[in-house]
Amino acid sequence: MGVSSKLGNLGIVTTTVEQAVNWGRTGAMWPLLFGLACCAIEYMSSQASSYDLSRFGMELNRATPRQADLLIVSGRLTRKMAPVVRQLYDQMAEPKWVISMGDCASCGGVYNNYAIVQGVDEIIPVDVYIAGCPPRPEQLLHGILTLHEKVKGERIADWA
Amino acid sequence: MAVAEPTQSIEEQRRWEGSLDELRGLVSERAITGETMLLNMGPHHPSTHGVLRLLLELDGEQIVTCLPDIGFLHTGIEKSIEDKSYEKAVPLTDRMDYLSPMSNNMAFSAAVEKLLDLDVPERGQIIRVICLELARCASHLVWLGTHAIDMGAMSVLLYAFRERERILGMFEMLSGQRMMSSYIRPGGVWRDVPADFLPTIKQFLNDFPAKVDDYEALLTKNPIWRDRAQGVGVIEPDVALAYGMTGPALRGSGVNWDLRKAQPYCGYETYEFNVPLGEHGDVYDRYLIRIHEFRESMKILNQAVARLETEKGPFRSENHKYCPPLRSELGQSMEAVIHHFKLWTYGYDAPDDEIYNAIESPRGEIGCYIHGTGANKPRRVHFKTPSFIHISALPVVAKGYLLADMVAIIGSVDIVLGDCDR
Repeated sequence: MGVSSKLGNLGIVTTTVEQAVNWGRTGAMWPLLFGLACCAIEYMSSQASSYDLSRFGMELNRATPRQADLLIVSGRLTRKMAPVVRQLYDQMAEPKWVISMGDCASCGGVYNNYAIVQGVDEIIPVDVYIAGCPPRPEQLLHGILTLHEKVKGERIADWA
Repeated sequence: MAVAEPTQSIEEQRRWEGSLDELRGLVSERAITGETMLLNMGPHHPSTHGVLRLLLELDGEQIVTCLPDIGFLHTGIEKSIEDKSYEKAVPLTDRMDYLSPMSNNMAFSAAVEKLLDLDVPERGQIIRVICLELARCASHLVWLGTHAIDMGAMSVLLYAFRERERILGMFEMLSGQRMMSSYIRPGGVWRDVPADFLPTIKQFLNDFPAKVDDYEALLTKNPIWRDRAQGVGVIEPDVALAYGMTGPALRGSGVNWDLRKAQPYCGYETYEFNVPLGEHGDVYDRYLIRIHEFRESMKILNQAVARLETEKGPFRSENHKYCPPLRSELGQSMEAVIHHFKLWTYGYDAPDDEIYNAIESPRGEIGCYIHGTGANKPRRVHFKTPSFIHISALPVVAKGYLLADMVAIIGSVDIVLGDCDR
């Protein structure tokens, strides 16, 4: 009768707490409203009309690191800016992830000189690197989806 | 996953080892006694348009002193160019003012051409004008969207970026890259426009004026926008001139100075367009000027597209000591192969001389100083960039306004930190 007859052959969906939590985390991963250089403009493009990051539950940029889950390092990181980025990362609450967007953030890019940190992974751990100078919004989306795949395989105990 | 341990403990990070004495002379004595408040704005702040840090001294909400702290995006581009041949330096110039890379390419290329006394054929000049005006529109669109967000109008960004994507699509068509195009090079442009470029830009020119009307409908008569913008951040003409401001920030104060008219380049003197001028020098006037500049750019683009259809000459100089031959010639001509090999390995020698050349970027005068050595690399390259000048004027402009107005002022002078710090 009623609901039970309609559900009929659907059976029971089983899951683990871990999978359910990770699924939730990938669905609303709030990025930090943070931009360094050129890549930040492509990041803005990804947020805006044509690419629309809100499809992935990411339209809500938080300006304070305390409310953010994801740090997208978008652009070249200078030696003067490095302590600031480290502090922002430290202020983010766990669980937290980092995407290194673009060549400069990943490895220094074309700037092998006195001013630029040769990759943001010298100061913070990075989950996903995105190549490109700057990466197209599609590449950023691919990076974010790659991070989602990674998050789906994470164990809660690792964050505890 | 492994999380790196912080290098310092939280207590160590919080401990401030500086002394207020360091600020003596920069802020008023009342800040030292604690009567006024010192507030740190940035370098991580959503409304500083990048990584600008401002140290503000506040009396209540009123700004008493504003001390800009720049250099958070200092990339050493000028120094890096000293180690590159002239052609290879062009991609580095892209990444200074990342909202209008074409203007940077143009400033550098025009300076190199002046140094080498290199001519640019007519078709190359027309393509350059098209690129520069499209870049002006793209840059103003980002400015419009972010400025509006800063002031609380969220939806404008979505409209502005919709049109910007179309311009970036055209840049990609021309150069293969959306943003960092490196398309304008010494002697002309990288390659001729593809066949489907003209229909695309015509369609865009047909659609865009109505979109500008849409932006105006959202903002120009909006009472909230007017309250936030009118009478705020007034720059007197003599102050603007004394600080060397250029571009819309100067023209908003009513000073008629546009390098496209005053020192024409790329044949701008042959195009018909007006230079919009403001009256009050406030945030609202600077907004109106950029909106009018969309329309003036459309005028120039329409004329340039008409010329491009009839002008069928070469798109870059045929002086193969400085400009590579066409790829199609490489299979037939040994001489072309030699020129190509020489240009992409060694480059070319430029005279031991110094020159300065300036163009009108969307933000103002972007000038390039080059000191050649007689060999294939420059001794010194320096860029005079509008954002640096405008940030240096911020303390004067911001004085006496409220903290919330600071956001409007920063947005209205349209600074790009990559342009400022380089």
